Parts: sequence; structure tokens; C-alpha cells
Amino acid sequence: MKEFINIVSDPVYSFTGAIILYFLALKNMTFVGSKKFFMILATVVVLFFGWAASDKIFFTIISWPDNIPITILLVLVFWLTWYSFYKGVENDKRIESGEPPIEGTPENREKVWAWPNLVYTELFTIILGTVFLIAWSVLFKAPLEEPANPTWAPNPAKAPWYFLGLQEMLVYFDPWIAGVLLPGLIIVGLIAIPYIDINPKGNGYYTFKERKFAISTFMFGWLVLWVFLIITGTFLRGPNWTFYGPFEFWDPHKVVAANNINISEIFWIKILGMGLPHNVLIREIVGILMVLGYLAVGPFLITKYWGKKLLEKMGPARYYIMVYLILIMMGLPIKMYLRWFINLKYIVFMPEFELNI
Amino acid sequence: MTSINRTSLNRREFFSYLSVAWITFAAAAGGMLSLIFRYLYPNVVFEPPMDFVAGRPEDYDEGVDERWKNVYGVWIYKHEGRLVAMSNICTHLGCVPTWLPAENKFKCPCHGSGYYPNGINFEGPAPRPLERFKVSLNPSGQIIVDKTKVYRYEKGQWGLPGAFISV
Repeated sequence: MKEFINIVSDPVYSFTGAIILYFLALKNMTFVGSKKFFMILATVVVLFFGWAASDKIFFTIISWPDNIPITILLVLVFWLTWYSFYKGVENDKRIESGEPPIEGTPENREKVWAWPNLVYTELFTIILGTVFLIAWSVLFKAPLEEPANPTWAPNPAKAPWYFLGLQEMLVYFDPWIAGVLLPGLIIVGLIAIPYIDINPKGNGYYTFKERKFAISTFMFGWLVLWVFLIITGTFLRGPNWTFYGPFEFWDPHKVVAANNINISEIFWIKILGMGLPHNVLIREIVGILMVLGYLAVGPFLITKYWGKKLLEKMGPARYYIMVYLILIMMGLPIKMYLRWFINLKYIVFMPEFELNI
Repeated sequence: MTSINRTSLNRREFFSYLSVAWITFAAAAGGMLSLIFRYLYPNVVFEPPMDFVAGRPEDYDEGVDERWKNVYGVWIYKHEGRLVAMSNICTHLGCVPTWLPAENKFKCPCHGSGYYPNGINFEGPAPRPLERFKVSLNPSGQIIVDKTKVYRYEKGQWGLPGAFISV
């Protein structure tokens, strides 16, 4: 059993599994958003953790001081996600039967004063938060290490937990892409959401059915890409940033064969059987064409098959900005799969200009 | 009579006040900014020197040598009659790779880039091989490693004189 879990937590399987589970959950939202589902899920999770925590290695990993916040985060993320879906499903049922959503009922539309209603809540939250932090700081020692040394790095060298998603992305990309462009686009994209999304449905109340596309797209980026990568980076990466299963001993000598090659090498050497051309642009022409094709033909195909209605509703500027944001977001899983299946290092490889995609 | 009793400025006076105000404001803001700019530069820098004497070529065995790694951030690599000095900065995002003698490779602990002993990258996201530093022999036959001069493989510089010593 433990062996099996070690094998399936390899990103190739677990990431694919996460995507499949995510879309299954979206398909069966009425069930996922029910209390019954939550009870089943909670039982399974508690039983699993109870069983797994008796394993020494698993327990060491989840109770490592650096990892405790992520264990808490996981529980909170899944609880809050389920809760918002639960509320959405409840409202969808009400809307279907012609009632207003719960937030729209007359007694819930009544206005109250910020003082004392809101301020009291905030006060209690602050007190509870402070108590929690004090208890935490008393119970656990801060995971401090020796003074920084520019010629030595701990192994594995892990970023703070909230950056571990980024660090995982960096395994597949050049720092300019995964360290500058993608994080920048995440921030810009989040800022742009209110300007792109002009659909007034769902304003002020929970719903799933009325906002299926918007919620699914956002939650894919958040749950499947960001949270999943944080989990991988935190619990499943050991010495040398090698993958280790949750029950696997962190043996620093574990060898994972990974001889990565670029598209240019596949094309010129493997397929055409000749050497790499000297001119950089000719050498990388296949990769450049692939990237340009993805960015130029992608929006066209999406519009042709799925997006016509949205294009009419949103107008071209909003629509194409959205399509490009989605395309670039999907670039991450695409690159991850290329790395896993054909050991691809870079699609466009131009270290001469510090540009690698 | 007007000049004594009026309460508002005329156009010319308004603009002269305005320019004084703007100049004062710009000077104050510029002064603050210059302080901040000055603050970005440390008063004292404790950095190891950029060149050092690394003993004689005979002192090194065939293969990777780690003796200067912690002080100067340099690996000495001796192979097939050539001795080179390699930077210990990963070309992906600047972490410090670990030399794994058992696996005969360098492996970066940050994102898993791997390098052969000669510094060529072969796995993980590292886009190019480890950089090499200038090595030369001084008149008494000792190796001088000069970290200010860098030789990069993808620019075809590893064969240049200065990138290696024949031993």
C-alpha cells in the first residue's frame, strides 16, 4: 500500500490524477457540494492521516516546523473550497426552484452597522489569531538555520512555503519565464479580473451553475496548478530536488535518470540526423514556430470551436486578453508534460540571448 | 489703492510662488531620494578577493577538487591533461550545486539541475554549462585563478587560451 502511494504520488501520476479529479468534481458538483460528500471526504482524510502518521517518515515530513503551516493550509483550502461550493450548490437549487439566493432573502438584505457588528467580529478574530500565534511560537521552535553562506546551500534548498509553487514551476522553466513573466502575469491577471469579467451574475451571492466557466478556470489555476505545486514542492521534494514519495526515505543518493534535451536537438540531430546549425535563429526555428503557432493559432481555434458566444458577449479586447491569459496558464501543464514524457528541456533554447522558453 | 487692499495674488505673483514651491519640493524630494540611493550601497564590503593562488597543478588529483569551493566558490577540475577552474554558481537561478562523488555529477539542491564533472549541464532546467574562470601559471609555477574573466561554453570560449592550463 505504502509502495503504491509512493509510486502514484510521482507528479506524472498525481498531477494527472489531480486534473482528472478536478474535472470529475466539476461535473458532479451537486454531489461534491453536499454535506454527505463532505462527511465521506473528512472521514477518508482523517483515517488516511491517522494511518499515515504512524509511519515515521510521513510523520517527520508533515511535522517538520517548516511544513506545519502547509499542513494547516491544506486543511483550510479544502474546507473553504468545499464550503463555498456547498453554498453555491444550495443557491443553485433555490434559483432553479424560483427562489432568490440565500443572500438575497429579505432578512439577509437588511443592513446592519459596522459598529458593533463587524468590529466585534474583527476584535474576536484578532484575539483568537494572537492566541493561536502565541501558542504556536511557544510549542514549536522557529526553524532557523546557520548564518547564510554564499558558497554553500542547504540540500534541498526550499523557498518559503508560499513560494514553493513558483519553485516547482522553475524546475520546468527558465528563470525569466517562471520567475518573472509568469508570476508577473499572475498578478496582472488577478488585477485584470474585474475588468475582463463583466458578467454581473454571482455578485453578492454564491453560485456555481451561473458562473461555471469563470469558476472552473480560476479554480484550475488555483487548486490544480498553485496548491498542487505547493504540495509537491513541500512534501514530495527531497535532497537534490529529487522526487520522493510520502513514505520514502530521503536518500540523497537516489538517482533519477533525466537526460533533458531541447527541441532543436530532437529536430536537427534525432530526426534529420545532422549537426546543429550555427545560426541561432535557424537552429531554434522549430521551437520558435511552435511557440508562435501556439500563441497565434491557439486563440483562433479556441474562438472557432468554443468561444464565439463569449466573444460576442465580452467584446474582442476583453475576450482576447482572457484567451491569452488562459493560454499562458495552460503553458505550464503543457511544459510539465513535455518534460515528463519526452524529457524536453526547452522549446526555444537561446542561452546566447538568455532567452529560453 | 488696489495694491494695498486686494486679498488675492495676480497672475505673475502666483506663478513665482508656484515655481518657488515646486523647486523647493523637487529639491527636498531629490535630497531624500539621493539619501535612499546612497543607502543602497554598503559602507564596507567583505568580499573575498577576485583572484587567488591555487597551489601547483601537481597538487590536484584527476577529477573534481573541492578545496576552494567554500572560500572562493571555485571547483578545480583536472581531466585529460587540462586543468580548469569552474564557478560553483548554477546557471539556472544561482544556487550552489553539490558535488556528488558517488554519482559523479554536480546536482543543484534548488531545482534539480545536474552537471557532468566537466560542467556540462545534462538534466534539470539549467540552460547552459557552469562558467569557467581564467587560470594561468605565475613565474614560480603556481596556478592563479582570476574570477573576473569568465569563459562560457555556449559562446565557444572554453578552448580559448586562459580557459585552461595544460598539465
